Amino acid sequence: MITKTRNQKAWFLVLPVILLVAFNAIIPLMTVVNYSVQETFGDNLFFWEGVRWFEEVLHSPRFHEALVRQLTFTGIILLIEIPLGVMIALQMPRSGPWVSVCLVLMALPLLIPWNVVGAMWNIFALPDIGLLGRVLNATGLDYNFTRDPLAAWVTVILMDVWHWTSLVVLLAYAGLSSIPDAYYQAARIDGASRWAIFRYIQLPKMKRVLTIAVLLRFMDSFMIYTEPFVLTGGGPGNATTFLSIDLVKTALGQFDLGPAAAMSLIYFLIILLLSWLFYTLTMRNEGH
Amino acid sequence: MAQITLDGIRHSYLAAPSGEQDWALKNMDMVWEDGGAYALLGSSGCGKTTLLNIISGLLMPTAGRVLFGEKEVTALPPDQRNIAQVFQFPVVYDTMTVYDNLAFPLRNRGLDEKTVDARVQEIAAMIDLTSSLHNRAAGLTADGKQKISLGRGLVRSDVNAILFDEPLTVIDPHLKWQLRSKLKELHHRVGATMIYVTHDQTEAMTFADQVVVMHGGRVVQAGTPVELFETPAHTFVGHFIGSPGMNILPAHICDGQVVTQGTVVLTTAGQRVAAQSGARLEVGVRPEHVYFAREGIEVEVLKVADSGRFRIVDTRHEQQLIRVLLSEAEPVPQGSARVAFRAEKTHLYVDQWRLTKGGDLR
Repeated sequence: MITKTRNQKAWFLVLPVILLVAFNAIIPLMTVVNYSVQETFGDNLFFWEGVRWFEEVLHSPRFHEALVRQLTFTGIILLIEIPLGVMIALQMPRSGPWVSVCLVLMALPLLIPWNVVGAMWNIFALPDIGLLGRVLNATGLDYNFTRDPLAAWVTVILMDVWHWTSLVVLLAYAGLSSIPDAYYQAARIDGASRWAIFRYIQLPKMKRVLTIAVLLRFMDSFMIYTEPFVLTGGGPGNATTFLSIDLVKTALGQFDLGPAAAMSLIYFLIILLLSWLFYTLTMRNEGH
Repeated sequence: MAQITLDGIRHSYLAAPSGEQDWALKNMDMVWEDGGAYALLGSSGCGKTTLLNIISGLLMPTAGRVLFGEKEVTALPPDQRNIAQVFQFPVVYDTMTVYDNLAFPLRNRGLDEKTVDARVQEIAAMIDLTSSLHNRAAGLTADGKQKISLGRGLVRSDVNAILFDEPLTVIDPHLKWQLRSKLKELHHRVGATMIYVTHDQTEAMTFADQVVVMHGGRVVQAGTPVELFETPAHTFVGHFIGSPGMNILPAHICDGQVVTQGTVVLTTAGQRVAAQSGARLEVGVRPEHVYFAREGIEVEVLKVADSGRFRIVDTRHEQQLIRVLLSEAEPVPQGSARVAFRAEKTHLYVDQWRLTKGGDLR
């Protein structure tokens, strides 16, 4: 064994980061943990409740419904946005003046504030004055997202696809641009079909960025709040009440801080678990 | 297998080439004999890779024709030319095993699995990859990956030629030599034409029977290593081949004799260039053929570098550097001395091209 002089001074260098993380993550999280096991009536009066709120939330049909809605929504947008993003990235030029034009166009939706996206789509889709609403109704469809749950879902999904596919495109494009020309040349010499090139060169080279894309889109869509809140307000009825909207209703609408805290912890653990599961499964075969 | 003919090939990467400098390849006529081992040698940017890509079909030449045997293939895509190409950086299909990598070109051509298996096993044995056939290709070292690239070329039984584009760039030095001998051995076994692009003259000389030297988009000389060394057709070849390169000294004609540095070095060649006045004249002589003598160009000995069996002596006449190569036994004079050139090994260059005995250029 080689003995080294131990020098603990380096800890001081990471102290600022520890403090920062403590203030913006650990302390708020612990506050939530604190609320989740107690009952409060204001005036800083707390009563110990143990795991009661957790049991209550986990057994409540309202939470189940919101969770199912959330999983369905996230599943649908992932199924649309990932393949669509990859398809668009494959069509984008690899060199020349059009590259920057395409990139700027693609980045535009990402630069718009989320509540503005919601407001835009709200007006766009209104059946009486919105362009989309008017056009759809003119073609004979009975489209009204404020009344019809299916129309509301279609609108929310369309909005999310419009807003976030660009992120997948940009990530996939970055993955594609990192493939050296020699791969395409070798594939041409080996007589590979277009599909074989995609399957054996492009897709494997995009794997890492696509993993990141799926994780980002999964986490973001699982937390979605602002856009559907502005667009549909969670309605009609509870049709588009996703987890976050439900959570805010519980916490701020009803001031049930205990159950809301329990709910957010459950909800946090679900995201953590699913992300970990996905990452571990996709990266299982990496390395040798 | 077939002989490869390049007929008046010109290529420019620009849509509308205007001047000489816009052409990456300037009018090239070449015949690559069936089964030959060629090296394409030249500095970076001289058009080596362009030429290779035109032969393999990755590039369509701006003008000219490419023929395999009697058949014109100028417009055929790479997969219909039966060409194998190994690139500078190893290309392997990461997600596949070594076996699937080797089988890939055959499966793309729709061969049945039995034939595929037989070919893959045969080639794997040839390139020493049998033991790692079922490993993931991504896990191999650089030389293993380069062997896979090569194997994917060899696995097709109908290969016309195997093209190598600086294939040993990323290989560890001690493995380079091994892989190069492997290539030589494969050339003997497979018998396909091999064209090997490199900027390393040792690599070129050890691999090839014929070395083709390119410079500025042109082939300046094609010949055996000995020809390139003894009678460089162009001052670039003299300079590029050999270490140290050829001494190239400005010259002029005086009374039918060639004079450089105020001293007559060639007595006869002078008459032959009399007609071509106005051209730039240079004398080229290898350091091997320069010796210290009583008579000759007066020089000052600057420095002596020992390179094992030889000593490289840098001398200077006024501003002109003249290198002398001495065997270790020969004495090195101090201070000022005189050097002379072996006349039969001294060449006269007119506008950079060598003047032959017959009076032709190159």
